[in-house]
Amino acid sequence: MDKLKPHFHKGGKFSFLHSTFDAFETFLFVPNHTTRVGSHIRDGIDLKRTMFMVVIAMMPVLLFGMWNVGYQYHLSIGETASILDNFLYGLMKALPVIVVSYTVGLGIEFAFAQIKGHMVNEGFLVSGLLIPLCLPPEIPLWMVAVATAFAVIVGKEVFGGTGMNVLNPALTARVFLYFAYPGAMSGDEVWVAGSPEKWVDGFSGATNLAQVYNQSTGGATHFDPSMLSASAWDSFMGWIPGSLGETSTLLCLVGALFLIASGIGSWKIIVSTFVGGYVMGAILNMAGGNAYFDMPAYYHLIIGGFAFGAVYMATDPVTASQTETGKWIYGFLIGVLTVMIRVFNPAYPEGIMMAILLMNVFAPLIDSYVIQANIKRRLRRVTA
Amino acid sequence: MCFTSNFAADLRSLSGMGNIIKIKRGKDINLIGRAEKTIRDGASSTTYAVQPPNFKGLVPKLEVKEGDEVKAGTAIFSDKSNPNIKFTSPVSGEIAEVVRGDRRAILQVRILADTSGISYEDLGAMDPRSADRDSIVLKIQQAGLWPALRQRPYNVICDAMDVPKAIFISGFNSAPLGPETNMLFNDADLRSFQTGVNALSKLTDGKIHLSLRANEDNILSKAEGVEKHYFSGPHPAGLVGVQIHHIDPVNKGEVVWTIQPNHLVMIGRLFETGKYDASQVIAVAGSELNAPAYYKVISGCQVGSLIQDLKQDHVRVISGDVLTGTRIEKDGYLGYFDNLISVIPEGDEYEFLGWLFPTYARPTISSSLPISKFLKKQFRANTNYHGEERAYVMTGQYEKVMPMDILPVQLIKAILAKDLEKMEKLGIYEVVEEDLALCEFVCTSKMEVQQILREGLELMESES
Repeated sequence: MDKLKPHFHKGGKFSFLHSTFDAFETFLFVPNHTTRVGSHIRDGIDLKRTMFMVVIAMMPVLLFGMWNVGYQYHLSIGETASILDNFLYGLMKALPVIVVSYTVGLGIEFAFAQIKGHMVNEGFLVSGLLIPLCLPPEIPLWMVAVATAFAVIVGKEVFGGTGMNVLNPALTARVFLYFAYPGAMSGDEVWVAGSPEKWVDGFSGATNLAQVYNQSTGGATHFDPSMLSASAWDSFMGWIPGSLGETSTLLCLVGALFLIASGIGSWKIIVSTFVGGYVMGAILNMAGGNAYFDMPAYYHLIIGGFAFGAVYMATDPVTASQTETGKWIYGFLIGVLTVMIRVFNPAYPEGIMMAILLMNVFAPLIDSYVIQANIKRRLRRVTA
Repeated sequence: MCFTSNFAADLRSLSGMGNIIKIKRGKDINLIGRAEKTIRDGASSTTYAVQPPNFKGLVPKLEVKEGDEVKAGTAIFSDKSNPNIKFTSPVSGEIAEVVRGDRRAILQVRILADTSGISYEDLGAMDPRSADRDSIVLKIQQAGLWPALRQRPYNVICDAMDVPKAIFISGFNSAPLGPETNMLFNDADLRSFQTGVNALSKLTDGKIHLSLRANEDNILSKAEGVEKHYFSGPHPAGLVGVQIHHIDPVNKGEVVWTIQPNHLVMIGRLFETGKYDASQVIAVAGSELNAPAYYKVISGCQVGSLIQDLKQDHVRVISGDVLTGTRIEKDGYLGYFDNLISVIPEGDEYEFLGWLFPTYARPTISSSLPISKFLKKQFRANTNYHGEERAYVMTGQYEKVMPMDILPVQLIKAILAKDLEKMEKLGIYEVVEEDLALCEFVCTSKMEVQQILREGLELMESES
């Protein structure tokens, strides 16, 4: 390492690659930097470990998602396969998406760091895995590449890079695909791998969200669990069609526990998002009127990407509210908005994506009110 | 009137103590190498130093030259903006060297001490109870003890024209390896402390607040003429800034003064004997010392002889505590405000995949390092950054160690943006560097919080 180092420093023959070298060096070794001013000792935590903890927290939904892709495929063609076969099938579908996402994203991050002479930030370690997890299994790879590039450049780098972005990069990628290529991102046929032409009779690739929505617009005034091809239990466990990582509420909760226990994810945001979703669902229950209004509030928490969004997307510290009081409001409103968008807006079957992005935009406003309150408390002291 | 206030005081003393102020947010960093409870003689130092950089914002005007003979209490330099404020020699001897740095700024004035005992300037004894404010101020200034009083906001030397709304004293130290108050003072010191309090009471129309740790035997609790407050909880409970915030916070336009107990003892001795007697007890502590202990020394002493018995040589010597102290050489000098020398290992080593698999325990507030956080009780902490500086990503960390109603991240961002109005509104007048030292310690993005705050304070001061 020490022999290589001079080549990458100013004046060395590879000095144009110094950010790249630094990134690999600090990945392999915690550097020998010591404190100069201020505190002489520093906490053992750094951004690399923080981001890696989030990656670990995503492992349960990733592994389950891979199995589920295979399971849904074999179900759709009327075959049964072993756990391993299901998993291997899903692995073959998911791995290319993950590789493309990381390659494109990290490539752009390194290039920007190089041009600006910055260090490479670790933020994309998380975004690079979140993007595949929130996409359908059969998404064309070129779309993944385009969306990732869009998310990193427009979603992040134009704002100044990691820490400065307003919108969650992974959701930016998803929303880009959703509006640019709706055919690949919506409908009843994209959520299961393989070709719909091979589906056996009676198999439905439709998601819960689409089914309950269609029943409502079809005139059903009351909710009946038989309207959905998946039971509440199936939806909670996650063996249903959907994006790679979103289907299992149970494993999202496992990830949430890990994030909370390691102190990385904000439990305030996770809890308040679930509470917000449930409260809004309960209000709609009281109003009643059609099947969607009438659907028990807890269904909202276990169908679609609610749990996935609440645990892995809403908690992104950069785009969430940054004050502790603000986090409660931010999460609660995400939950409320998710259910409102699902039920009231016919254009978007999935509400959590739009709700989080909307609240990303409003988070600074929430913080501003919390800060104002702090300032007012200080001013009141003088007059008191 | 008199009756009721005495009655209230009696009630408080009957119940043992007043209300306990509970500090919840903070972190006790438990380092290996606390000073053993024995006091050794540390008077073997041959040179002493008075160091202008110890005093924020000071422009010194030298009053001696190399080779001059001085006594303890002879002015070495004065404050250029107020020549009455003297900085005096703690011992008698000969001016050995004036050490200068960039642009000839004076860093140290070194004094070679007499070997035959200390001779003192006679500054005149005085009973502060019968003296007026001006003569008390003048005496403290001439003896070189005025700089021991520091003003909030900004943590700078006080202006005697100001009448502070209160004076605050922290009677305990909660910092890592911090000395225990009962080791620092004996009964004679307590009497001088009381004389010092009597003198201070002439400087303010308000109260003198003394903060003590709840449920702890503390020699200073016997002092009279002070309002006592009791704090419980982790560091930074012992920081005077935190105590001010909970007792009587500093608002815009207000000024309070702070002073450390050891300096108040010196002020007391000055009024009792007419001498500047700068002797004090300090703790010499840290994992790299074979025998950490307390030492009786004189302010400004060279620390070399106190830290000779090291476990290994590659160490950082700090005058002060590991969160806020000043890095000094092994033959460096004790800072004016410090009563602790910390010796910890340097951390300039690479650690293979250390961010993922730490090879040794390190202090942390992060549960993502469960062995360090939950299992390890004491640490041999080193000076490694454990990472590199990054943009702000994580939130909610500073708040865990900030026991004031202040939004630390937002304040730091306002300083970085040089937004004076916002800095003021977010409470910059209430904090000095040490109050945010724990925020700097816990920062995932490895920001240099204390330095940023100092720049913000200097900006505020220059604009006001």
